[in-house]
Amino acid sequence: MAGFSFADGDWRAGMFSQFKACGVQQMAYVPDAGHASLIRACHADDEIDCTVLTTEEEGVALLAGAELGGMRGVMLMQSSGVGNCVNMFSLLASCRFPFVTLVTMRGEWAEFNPWQVPMGQATEDTFKRSGFIVYRADTGEDAAAMTGSALRLAYDSNCAVAVLLSQRLIGAKTF
Amino acid sequence: MIERREAVAGLLKDRPEELLVVTGLGSPTYDVAAAGDVDRNFYLWGAMGGAASMGLGLAQARPGSRVAVITGDGEMLMGLGSLATIGAKQPANLAILVIDNEAFGETGGQTSHTGQTTNLAAVALACGFRKVITVRKPEELAGVRQLLLEEKGPVLAVVKTRAGELPRVLPERDGHAIRLRFKAALAKP
Repeated sequence: MAGFSFADGDWRAGMFSQFKACGVQQMAYVPDAGHASLIRACHADDEIDCTVLTTEEEGVALLAGAELGGMRGVMLMQSSGVGNCVNMFSLLASCRFPFVTLVTMRGEWAEFNPWQVPMGQATEDTFKRSGFIVYRADTGEDAAAMTGSALRLAYDSNCAVAVLLSQRLIGAKTF
Repeated sequence: MIERREAVAGLLKDRPEELLVVTGLGSPTYDVAAAGDVDRNFYLWGAMGGAASMGLGLAQARPGSRVAVITGDGEMLMGLGSLATIGAKQPANLAILVIDNEAFGETGGQTSHTGQTTNLAAVALACGFRKVITVRKPEELAGVRQLLLEEKGPVLAVVKTRAGELPRVLPERDGHAIRLRFKAALAKP
């Protein structure tokens, strides 16, 4: 990997190592500051095809298409994007597509922006009611281990898995 | 006037074995199934707005295969942002065909945006598609076939067709079965 290295202590390095260990070849995202270094690492990697989306539901269909063609993928988004995907999640359930998303949480820990709270509070239930297995990471160590487990579970056992990266872990955004 | 069923059958006649097709829900799924229930077709029966994005993910995973998304105006309108995403990625092997009857045909034929002000080919071009065409006459379909199967993507063709219902041709609708059939076809040597 040329042109990028994680800062010392950036726990996202462990998540990226799991992408590589599990053979992730497509990464789709709607940006979030909490994912910024991970997004840069993926862009710097010649073996990962990165797609920036206009809305998160595109990423659900995109990674389903990738899986049809034999490629593993992962989607990065923030909690506000989860609600945008709900009907598209039916594609995963109807066809039993493997799917992994890593979600930076807003609206749950020292949140400054009240507009983030409704979707942030509904995120976990939305995933569960859409048929996902949901992990919640509160430490950097958890984030890496859960990313690896999510990828294996999804692609070995045909599941949809979401890893929520808690706002306490990421740090509340300051305005 | 172009008849959709006939047009799709002509566009897919003697299709290259390598061609992978993703269909948008509703009439495009029936049109493609009527043209031949090939195991390299992936039929969507839902996930409205997702056909083009699915085609992009498949095209990126199979750079050696041509991928054609065949969908309707209503489905394409729901995924309009995906045209921007595809424009940004420039997949050379992806073509989109919009069967445009300017109506939401499954739900009573209500007039869609393309029957009013929206020009989908112009939208795709503005998003960075390499080539787009809109046709209204049967004699123009040879150009659509060329664009769909051969020209460097991303490309998009809009085929304006007569509105109105045709007999439904219903392929498999269990999504898991469709997925496994498609993947098994790709796994064949």
